[in-house]
Amino acid sequence: MSSDARSLAASVRSGERSAVDVLEEHLSRIDEREGDVHAFNLVTAESARAEAADVDARVAAGEDPGPLAGVPVALKDNLCTDGVPTTCSSRILEGWCPPYDATVVTRLAAAGAVAVGKTNLDEFAMGSSTENSAFGPTRNPHDLTRVPGGSSGGSAAAVAAGFSAISLGSDTGGSIRQPAALCGVVGVKPTYGLVSRLGLVAFGSSLDQIGPFTTTVADAALVCEVIGGHDPGDSTSLPQAFPSVSDHLDDGVDGLRVGIITEMMGEGISPDVAARVRAAADALAAAGATVEEVSIPALTFGLSAYYLVAPAEASSNLARYDGVRYGNRVDAPTAGEMMEATRTAGFGDEVKRRIMLGTYALSAGYYDAFYGKALKVRTLIRNDFDAAYERFDALISPTSPTTAFAFGDKTADPLQMYLNDVCTIPTNLAGHPAMSLPFGVGDDGLPVGVQVLAPALGEVAMFRVASVLESSLASSGPVAS
Amino acid sequence: MTVAGVDEERWEVVIGLEVHAELSTRTKLFSAATNEFGGEPNTHIDALTLGLPGSLPVLNEHAVELAIRVGLALNCEVRRSVFARKNYFYPDQPKNYQISQFDLPINAEGWLELPSGQIAGIERAHLEEDTGKSTHVGGGGRIHDAQYSLVDLNRAGVPLLEIVGKPDLRSPDEARAYVSELRAVLVAVGASDGKMEEGSMRVDCNVSVRPRGAEEFGTRCEIKNINSLRSLGRAIEYEAARQVDLITAGDRVVQETRHWNEEDGRTHTLRSKEGADDYRYFPDPDLVVLDPDPEWIERVRAALPPLPAARRAVLVDRLGATREQAALLVERELDALCLATVEAGAEPVRTLTHAEHNLSDDRARDLDPAAFASLVSMELDGELTATQAKTVLAELVEHGGDPVAIAADKGFEAMDSSELDSLVDGLIADHPDEWQRFCEGDGKITGFFVGKVMKATQGKADGKVVTGLLNARKG
Amino acid sequence: MDQSTPADDDAVITTADVAKVASLARLRLEPDELDRFTHQLADILGHAADIEALDLDDVEPMARPVPLENVLRADVPGPTFDRDAVLSQAPAAEDGQFRVPPVLGEAP
Ligand SMILES: [Mg+2]
Ligand SMILES: [Zn+2]
Repeated sequence: MSSDARSLAASVRSGERSAVDVLEEHLSRIDEREGDVHAFNLVTAESARAEAADVDARVAAGEDPGPLAGVPVALKDNLCTDGVPTTCSSRILEGWCPPYDATVVTRLAAAGAVAVGKTNLDEFAMGSSTENSAFGPTRNPHDLTRVPGGSSGGSAAAVAAGFSAISLGSDTGGSIRQPAALCGVVGVKPTYGLVSRLGLVAFGSSLDQIGPFTTTVADAALVCEVIGGHDPGDSTSLPQAFPSVSDHLDDGVDGLRVGIITEMMGEGISPDVAARVRAAADALAAAGATVEEVSIPALTFGLSAYYLVAPAEASSNLARYDGVRYGNRVDAPTAGEMMEATRTAGFGDEVKRRIMLGTYALSAGYYDAFYGKALKVRTLIRNDFDAAYERFDALISPTSPTTAFAFGDKTADPLQMYLNDVCTIPTNLAGHPAMSLPFGVGDDGLPVGVQVLAPALGEVAMFRVASVLESSLASSGPVAS
Repeated sequence: MTVAGVDEERWEVVIGLEVHAELSTRTKLFSAATNEFGGEPNTHIDALTLGLPGSLPVLNEHAVELAIRVGLALNCEVRRSVFARKNYFYPDQPKNYQISQFDLPINAEGWLELPSGQIAGIERAHLEEDTGKSTHVGGGGRIHDAQYSLVDLNRAGVPLLEIVGKPDLRSPDEARAYVSELRAVLVAVGASDGKMEEGSMRVDCNVSVRPRGAEEFGTRCEIKNINSLRSLGRAIEYEAARQVDLITAGDRVVQETRHWNEEDGRTHTLRSKEGADDYRYFPDPDLVVLDPDPEWIERVRAALPPLPAARRAVLVDRLGATREQAALLVERELDALCLATVEAGAEPVRTLTHAEHNLSDDRARDLDPAAFASLVSMELDGELTATQAKTVLAELVEHGGDPVAIAADKGFEAMDSSELDSLVDGLIADHPDEWQRFCEGDGKITGFFVGKVMKATQGKADGKVVTGLLNARKG
Repeated sequence: MDQSTPADDDAVITTADVAKVASLARLRLEPDELDRFTHQLADILGHAADIEALDLDDVEPMARPVPLENVLRADVPGPTFDRDAVLSQAPAAEDGQFRVPPVLGEAP
């Protein structure tokens, strides 16, 4: 039985299956494997049952509960949920219940989706392995000795393990695409401004975008269309609907021009991963696309710029966690000491590292050399991308330099961990869309993700490429490991 | 232009003011929580006011409009501007950063004309959000001895316009004139209620001193906690004298922020500015560039009410008012009345004099210009004496009505001039000694004769006319 | 207070720098943490040396990726929170307000 979101919603809307039945099937999978995987910080089984029953009641009453009727969804635990704890996997927010839903949460509910829980992440979305969670790591469902990627590791693992048909993550430097690649699912980071950030706990505000994890490209298109579109509550929200990508999934790639990014195919990229990207290029060419290599030189500065911009914004965004109005407090004789004690005890090392890095990049005497320079590098990167997009409709690359790595492999050396994001970071800096979809496995038998990139608002071309890759993989059968 | 305790021959005081004005909007600068003074603590709060995770700012259009009004009223250039985050930790600042404008403010490079005619430069007038309020409990409310503090966020996020003046002021009087003129402008354009006592207008004052004739500015100190115009003058006097004393004693002034203490009449060190603050300003990524459409700016400009300086100029140009009269009459909102009265046919000088001296009552603004004009004419035609006119005017302010009827009612009728002539002749005959002294030039004796005439006529005579008659008989 | 020891010979950041930013960010570091973080931050900043070398004088900075301007909201009041519900989430409250230990010094 097919368990993708479109099929589930169709069967629920037609009355063929009940939403409660669909939910129970997913909850039982959670019962079976969540102890091993630890995808969730919180499973909200009771409220999910009530939501599912409501969907069934509406179907029975002849109403249409929406395009995601009865589809179980898992929410990254940095998305605010009204009355439901939202922790960002941080001690400092443990026990805090937001008094409102994030816009994306409201829109999913309005489309009939059923929220099954809040998923684990690297604390405040800072990390690439979900090892930085204050509540313990998430494990990769394909190999429990490996990381699921991060920071949205819990959301990726939830879909990969069949705990939910879809999930939401947030992507600041690759936090949707990289775990999607490592867990063998589809993950999308839309154009900056297409999905409202209202109710997403901020990390790097000018980089953060919310997006879906799904098992199919079509599901990803549907979820984007549901959660996307203008929100007057977010000043950076574009005043338009999400492009109607679903209508173009079958358009093929005949006549599309696709570039393979040279800078992302060489040093630092595992040969088996690079081989899968070349296989993807071949598949696209076979389907009628023109495929060529393209060099985008400024991308090599992406990592440096990102690790100044994101921490700088984070250092300011995370200043509000001070023990005064909400969250945890460590008492001390004066207000200043209380704030310091609270933050020192409440944040993990990676968060502290980035706060200090960002504070330094913004501080008097260093702003121009670091933060100011990084903003100019963003312009360079966007300009170089734009130049490439004059010749190409979409680009492809590996999503992650390697397949899923083992726990503890990279935790000792932050810079090695950061290098994981080298292929995903540039699109966040430019504000462009990109997605990862599974395209076979590497030498270790673990999933490899291919990244498809497009210019701002170029989602239609991006999804057309992804859709062709997905069907070419299906028709070629399982890839040998 | 004196500064008590400072040798004005040798020292010059340099003053620059930073005024924070709360804008009269219904909601906060970046969220829809209500902007209301007072009220139960923590009742005007929403997600952004609380700095909740996931909350985002959206700019209040009306706050921008008010900022533009003030900018235009202060002759500023309204510019493309960017909101930045000013990062510092403080318990009543919910996000631990303030959204403000830094290198690109909405209004820049303007000026304010004071009633004296002095032009005071305006560096910038930018939008920013207010903080909440902390109350220090225990230790007699004094911050240093408090046992704990309570935080109320009602004020957090209220829109402020920070108006930064250039260091163009040279005395406490000029500083006070600047603040009251600025307040008049803010009130005139409807941007703020300008209430210093409620904190909706707050003044920080930068003071330095330099030897008279020196080109370079001295090291300045910023004085906070000034709650009235009176404190402003006192704080400047104290601070200028303190700095002169330091320099005279061979010490140096340390750049710092100081706190004005109303009780002991002194300024006290709050903290040294040297290297302590590092606000790490950067453009707020949650907000986009603000670049008001030129058409919007022109619409705002066209709708601006006449401003105090222009209103003063009209009184001077059209009615021949003195600067002092113009300042006073505009401050008392009597300029429109004076113009309408003259328009109705009254003689300007007499109209202005009455308005200046005899119309301090707030209700005078509602006086009927035609009635006022007719009163002025009656007086100048000799139908009423100055004293009588004043009485009738008071009655007009109190109850309104027709000045002719009021004068008749009070039995005020013009003295027949032949009646007055014979009265004066009789007095001279009855008082030869006093007349002798008057003829010898003893000015003090004039009052003796005028008094007698007034008594005899029950005040209906005009004192000036009597003096004229006496002088004419002196020969 | 001269605790400035370079992490490497040509360190981009010293322990004194890290101690200063920690204090600006309201974080307290134990001596061993100070050392470790200094080395790690020096590594990361060392990697960023590639952009330090770029001549970008003529390049406009890109603070945000959307081309939007003048996003404004009408001045119309919206819902506010129930005070008791808000204060029930606070670590300490009294008299309808957030209670904090004594504040030393005034806001800048
Ligand atoms: Mg200031
Ligand atoms: Zn200010």
